[in-house]
Amino acid sequence: MQTFDLEVRGLRALNETLHAQAGNTNQTVWEVINAKGSHAIAVGLDAPIEVNVKGSTGYYCAGMNSQATVHVHGSAGPGVAENMMSGTVIIEGDASQYAGATGHGGLLVIKGNASSRCGISMKGIDIVVHGNIGHMSAFMAQSGNLVVLGNAGDALGDSLYEARLFVRGSVKSLGADCIEKEMRPEHIEILRDLLERADADARPEEFKRYGSARKLYNFDVDNAAAY
Amino acid sequence: MKDKSAPAIPRTEPIQSATFSNPVNAEIRRAAATGIYDIRGGGAKRRVPHFDDLLFLGASISRYPLEGYREKCDTRVTLGTRFAKNPIKLDIPVTIAGMSFGALSSPAKEALGRGASAAGTSTTTGDGGMTEEERGHSTKLVYQYLPSRYGMNPTDLRRADAIEIVVGQGAKPGGGGMLLGQKISDRVAGMRNLPKGIDQRSACRHPDWTGPDDLEIKILEIREITGWKVPIYVKIGGTRPYYDTTLAVKAGADVVVLDGMQGGTAATQDVFIENVGLPTLACIRPAVQALQDLGLHREVQLIVSGGIRTGADVAKAIALGADAVAIGTAALVALGDNDPKWEAEYQKLGTTTGAYDDWHEGRDPAGITTQDPELMARFDPIEGGRRLRNYLKVLTLEAQTIARACGHNHLHNLEPEDLCALTMEAAAMARVPLAGTDWYPGKAGF
Repeated sequence: MQTFDLEVRGLRALNETLHAQAGNTNQTVWEVINAKGSHAIAVGLDAPIEVNVKGSTGYYCAGMNSQATVHVHGSAGPGVAENMMSGTVIIEGDASQYAGATGHGGLLVIKGNASSRCGISMKGIDIVVHGNIGHMSAFMAQSGNLVVLGNAGDALGDSLYEARLFVRGSVKSLGADCIEKEMRPEHIEILRDLLERADADARPEEFKRYGSARKLYNFDVDNAAAY
Repeated sequence: MKDKSAPAIPRTEPIQSATFSNPVNAEIRRAAATGIYDIRGGGAKRRVPHFDDLLFLGASISRYPLEGYREKCDTRVTLGTRFAKNPIKLDIPVTIAGMSFGALSSPAKEALGRGASAAGTSTTTGDGGMTEEERGHSTKLVYQYLPSRYGMNPTDLRRADAIEIVVGQGAKPGGGGMLLGQKISDRVAGMRNLPKGIDQRSACRHPDWTGPDDLEIKILEIREITGWKVPIYVKIGGTRPYYDTTLAVKAGADVVVLDGMQGGTAATQDVFIENVGLPTLACIRPAVQALQDLGLHREVQLIVSGGIRTGADVAKAIALGADAVAIGTAALVALGDNDPKWEAEYQKLGTTTGAYDDWHEGRDPAGITTQDPELMARFDPIEGGRRLRNYLKVLTLEAQTIARACGHNHLHNLEPEDLCALTMEAAAMARVPLAGTDWYPGKAGF
């Protein structure tokens, strides 16, 4: 395992070093120490490496991640795993706003709670939150799955497109065009797989599914009050 | 009984109301019939103070000119010198503004790349991501980072020559966008991760940052992903240009792109286009002042867009302090948009040459703002690229002509002292003297 002291060597050197790892690197496991809430840690990675960050991170940790596994042993600031393409990001603590925003793929696991706008504009990413999520989560979410073992705040799934939302606890309110939907066998299977991959202690049958009513997909003046 | 021999009483001539004009009444009737606001493309059509209201003074005894056909007048510009390892070096200070694949056809995007590259300048992606056609045909390609993040991915981010974070645009500062379902082909839908045929909303603000402090961190993230190699632009709509420029620079922008209300859009509400934002002319001096107050004028470059049509406009924007300009609507016209040869078809669409602006409907007779395969086939990207190259060369030659006449051997040596204004409004906005005086509104001493 390679150890990188962020305080000593700095952010530019960290990302430059991680970007230099190709698919056939033998330096596959990295440990980043002294993270101390720094921003943009391990962003833009594109190799099947594992990066363990000791401590909490600032904004945009693992932003635009591809292939890599980034494991934060602490909490994450805003925009963790934003626009992720593939790979896995695990947060042992809580995540701030916009977790997984606009993500195209991969798996984001948050073992604590996630703040507002979790999964905003998600485009294919899978997100599993062991705790609760804040208001306006999955706003304009396009595709992918958002799984919440706890409760969801106000306006869940506002202006939702084709993303699937699974919530085990309560939902304070649903956003525009978001409705509860039937949990069919294929959804149980999707959920079972995600829960297993996220090491989550829950049964798929305990969840409710939410999705788009698709009434706002094409502008209609009679729906103006919903906007 | 009426006396037929009495002289006729003169009638009051019918007078049209300036307030309730025929176009205004037509819009009221349209609104009453449909219950929905009017959506269109393009920029503000209303008359606003513009570059036409400025004149160059030219050289005389106090300054002497350069020989137009012999003495050199440089046009090169380098953008992104503040932090980027690889600034963009352009032969001319006229760039192509961001226009999306989706709003435009792929051959039209290809033509923009061809024309810009042949003229030695850059072109810009738009909402919806980067297409192979435009990357392949653009020597210098600026990749827009928009609130929707449609098509955004790190691979394209790294193969861009610059990245433009779009905060706003002049046609609709503070507003998002809508690409209507009829323009969502399989390819457009695929690039945007959305079903075919549905209206695709583009958000009005970014999903993962709010405010200038966040923007600074967002710029840091993008620089880290791209290895600090390429310039990062921040594009703002013309609203509060002094403060927005200051904040963009504070956040770490290499280049500020400033778009006035005449700048076009693919589609938004007419009421938005005509009533929100500042004329381009009113934006430039406050933005330049902000850069000067920060001690960064010319170190952080300023690109101005919104209503640039001629080399005179280019020269005037640069004289007021811009480093370069960007063209959008003019580039489309150069490609063939609103060309009289399609007049019969414009008539069928209820419009006429020069006024066609329903770009969002996807029925463009010129095949430029459409995804309809039959209409797209009318447009030849090679010929379109050639026309754009010609037009860019003319803009450059015209700007050089004026610069030489003012005695400058580089376009960037043009300065406000080369200008005067024809109207009080233009004098106030451009902060150059009213013609024949040494005064402009706001200047002390009167």
